[in-house]
This record gives sequence, structure tokens and C-alpha cells, in this order.
Amino acid sequence: MTWSLSPLGDAAILLSYDGKEKKAADVTKHVVRAARLLEGAQLSGVVAVTSAFRSIALFLDDRTAASLRGGQMDSFAQRVQDVLASRRRIKARNRSVRIPVCFDFALDLERIEEATGLRSANIVRKFLAANFTVGCLGFMPGFPYLLGLPKELKVARLSEPRLRVSAGSVAIAGGQAGIYSLESPGGWNIIGRTPLSLFDLRRDPPALLSPGDRVRFRRITRGEFDRLA
Amino acid sequence: MKLHLTRSGLQTSVQDRGRFRYRKDGVACAGALDLAALRLCQLLVGNDEGVAGIEIGGGRLAARFEDDRLIAWHGGVYEARVAGETIPARSSVQVRAGEVLELRAIEPSRTWLAISGGIDVPLILGSRSTHTRSGIGGNFLPDGEVLPLAAETDLARALRAAFSTRASSWSAPLFPVRKERLRVVAGKDWTEELGAELQGATFRISTQSDRMGLRLENAVLENVSGGAEQISEPVVPGTIQLPPNGQLILLLADCQTIGGYPKIAHVVTVDLADAAQLQSHNHVRFVAVPVDEARGWLQKREDDIALFAAGLRARFGN
Repeated sequence: MTWSLSPLGDAAILLSYDGKEKKAADVTKHVVRAARLLEGAQLSGVVAVTSAFRSIALFLDDRTAASLRGGQMDSFAQRVQDVLASRRRIKARNRSVRIPVCFDFALDLERIEEATGLRSANIVRKFLAANFTVGCLGFMPGFPYLLGLPKELKVARLSEPRLRVSAGSVAIAGGQAGIYSLESPGGWNIIGRTPLSLFDLRRDPPALLSPGDRVRFRRITRGEFDRLA
Repeated sequence: MKLHLTRSGLQTSVQDRGRFRYRKDGVACAGALDLAALRLCQLLVGNDEGVAGIEIGGGRLAARFEDDRLIAWHGGVYEARVAGETIPARSSVQVRAGEVLELRAIEPSRTWLAISGGIDVPLILGSRSTHTRSGIGGNFLPDGEVLPLAAETDLARALRAAFSTRASSWSAPLFPVRKERLRVVAGKDWTEELGAELQGATFRISTQSDRMGLRLENAVLENVSGGAEQISEPVVPGTIQLPPNGQLILLLADCQTIGGYPKIAHVVTVDLADAAQLQSHNHVRFVAVPVDEARGWLQKREDDIALFAAGLRARFGN
């Protein structure tokens, strides 16, 4: 079995991927496929399917959640495993996207310099050279978690999250990059800001990116940022 | 027809059962913090359980009606009046055109209000719930807000015709309140040591708490994994996260969809109603239970709600 099931509270189920792939982007392919299979299967009582990097959550309606005790849980788990074992082909529909970023907004550049031992010009150069893959969306509407951050740029989260981070902030934490789609609290190190809107209810779909999309960043000046914003 | 909120109270918002289907795009659920309370109120006024109502975070609300409606309120410690006459919680209540409903918090607490027909704000991504942090569904309602009301169902009209007093003789079931000791099931990062610390400590609700989550002060858990960063995974309302500073965060309905902090436990669904009433400076403790037990209580709650709904339909439905 490449997927194991565990409770995520009493009304959701967590599916964790146990595959041996080394590259995170290869894991993403499996997760995106599994999430599409589960959505397509329309399992009775499952009201939503959410995917993350190596995991998927199945949200249950209250009645179904309540019923999954003892043997009922075992047979539900078997139905899920049967769906995941399907060999059906699923079409990929992922894109390549260039995202403009202005480094004048790098609030945590000093912290990143200290943590990595790199100088700021070097940090920016490595960041711009990276090929990212959207691992999943989450944390807030349209926020992409980006895989592929160079190892040298690995920086821990802030131990005390900021109460306010501006929309468009491009940030790094652990081995990941991300873009704050809306103003919110947050604990990631801010390396720059994009004028693009990552989430817009006037668009369909409202999120700019989806899991599996490939992303590269392009440097812009403060003047360009102000014109595009 | 419209509802005129001459006074809106504190952190008052339109909520329904929440926005589930866009969680994969990072869209938070939102929805009433006490879903059972809102659902019971909807049933009392003849609405479907999924219709939008109002969550009131405290203070004093005054609402004037343009036409005859049924209303129901439930939750918290409030004093409620229609045209100056005190009305009970968990009952169907008649309000006539031109009359004013007042709800006043006696203790800091939240309450939920349903109106026959329901609040008819636009449906966004499948829900009418307000998520203030993202702005989806707007913001907390200001004084002077005017809300559109949808047409009543046949059941609402039948209910209204069935009693001539202010309040109905029937009332919705009351679920036990357990404000000080919330029940939890183990999370993925639960360990015996963390579990013992979690259950041994008394936490205080921080002033930096809102519909997104409660920050728990007073006690700090030793993060036994040494503050190790984790790959972000799905979180749900009720999840208790352990950030590196050891100060726990209990997520509520407006929480993010994914989080990277260890998930040590989850408050059981039926106790989220009690978490919804925790205010700054309140104290709270936790006790662990097996997940099958938690689901058993959920079964009991769902059976009670279904039984009440079936009873109303049998007496007054077509």
C-alpha cells in the first residue's frame, strides 16, 4: 500500500503517501493523480477532497463521520484503497508560469543572510535560477506552496508568526517558497513581493495556480512593481 | 423583503454551514462556529439546515423587520426581546412587520439567529458564509446594515399559522455545555509525553484570538520534536497546533486549510460548540478520548437533530 489512512479529528480522514520517490515534484504527480481519482469516485459521504504535498484529506459529512466506528471504518478504508489502486489514465493539464518579483520588499533578507551565510545578491541570484513546482494550494485562498527551493536557501520559520503580512509577499520557510495571496498573519521569511493577484473571485478558477504547475520568478524594479500593482 | 440592523452588535456576520468544496484551492470553510445551534435555529423557522443566518459575537443587536417572519435564536448568554417582550431561546418566535428584535449579551458570548426564508446575500463558491480574513462574503456587519431576506418555505408558513402566542410551545433540544474541559482525539503528532502535558495543563485564551483560532497562553508545551519543521498537511477546525514557541493554537472555522506545525490533537466535533464560546482570559483544559467515542457522540447529536427535524415536518409539513 502506498497510502495509509489515519483520523484527522473525528470528521475527516488523512491519507498519507508512503511512496519512495526522492524528488518532491515526483510525489506531487502521485498526489495530484490520487486527488483526481478520489474526486472522480464521488465516495458517498465525502464532501471535500483537499491535497497537500504528501497527503490528502477527505472531509466527511457529520452522519458519515459518525458512522465510521469499528468495522465500518475498515470497509470505508477499503473503498478508498480500491479507488487509489485504479490504473485509469488521467490527463495532466499543468502550465508554466513566470511571476514578477520585486526584492525591495525583502523584509527578512538579513535574517536569511544570517541563516544561510550567503550575501543578499547571491540569495536573489539562486532564487531567480530555481525551477519551482506548485506542490499544493493552501493556508489561504490561492496560496501556492512551491517546491524546488535551492538547499542553500533553507531557512526556519519565524518562531513568533507576524500578525500581518502584505498580499503578494513572496516568502521562504524550511525547504519551500510561497506567495501570500492575501494580507494575513504568517511565519515565513519575506524575500520580495509580486504585483500579481494570486486569487481573484472575478476569475474562474479564482486561483492563479494549481498543483503541478511549474513556476519561475522574474526580477522587477520598484518602478515596474508600482506600474503593475 | 429586508432586515434592518439598526445596531449590529460585535463581530456579527452572515454564516451558513460553510464553504467546503474549495478547500483544495486554499479557501477556508468559515460557517457558524456552533453549527448545531445554527442548524436548530434554521429548523425552528422552517428553513433548510443549509440556509444562511446570523452569528453575533457579543454586544447588542437591534433588527427591524419589514414583514411578518419567524425567528429563532440559540447559544451564549443573551437577553432577547421582540417589541419589548422577552422571548426564549430555542423556540420559534413570531415577529410582525415593523417590530424590532433586540439581542443583548449578558455575558461575553456568541449567539446564532435564524429568520424564516434566510439571509439572501449572494452565494460565493457555494456558500453565503463570511470569511473576514480573505474578504470572501464580505466583513463583519456594521450598524445600519440592511440584509435581503428570501421567501419563506411552505413549512415556515405552516409553523407560523400553528401558534398565536409570541413564542411556540415546542423548543429545540439542548446539548450539554462543557466549557472548561474540551474533549480531544489524538492528532498525527500526538505522543504520550505531549498528551500528558496537554491534559495536565490549564490554558488561558489569549486576546489574540478570533474566528480563525484561539491562541492558548499560560502553559507552554515542550516541543519534543525539537521544533522540527514539518511538511504542511491538511488541518481542520478543531486541530490543535504546536508552533515552535510551544504556545498552542486551537483552530476554528475560519482557519487555513493547510499547516506546517505539528498537529497534536483535535477537539471533537460536538465540543466545537463549546470552543466557540471561549473568550479572552477564559481558562480551558483538555481530556483525550478515543475517536470511536467521539463519533458516537456525533451520532447521538445528529440523531437528535434529525429527530427534531422529522418531528416538525410530521406535525406541520405537507
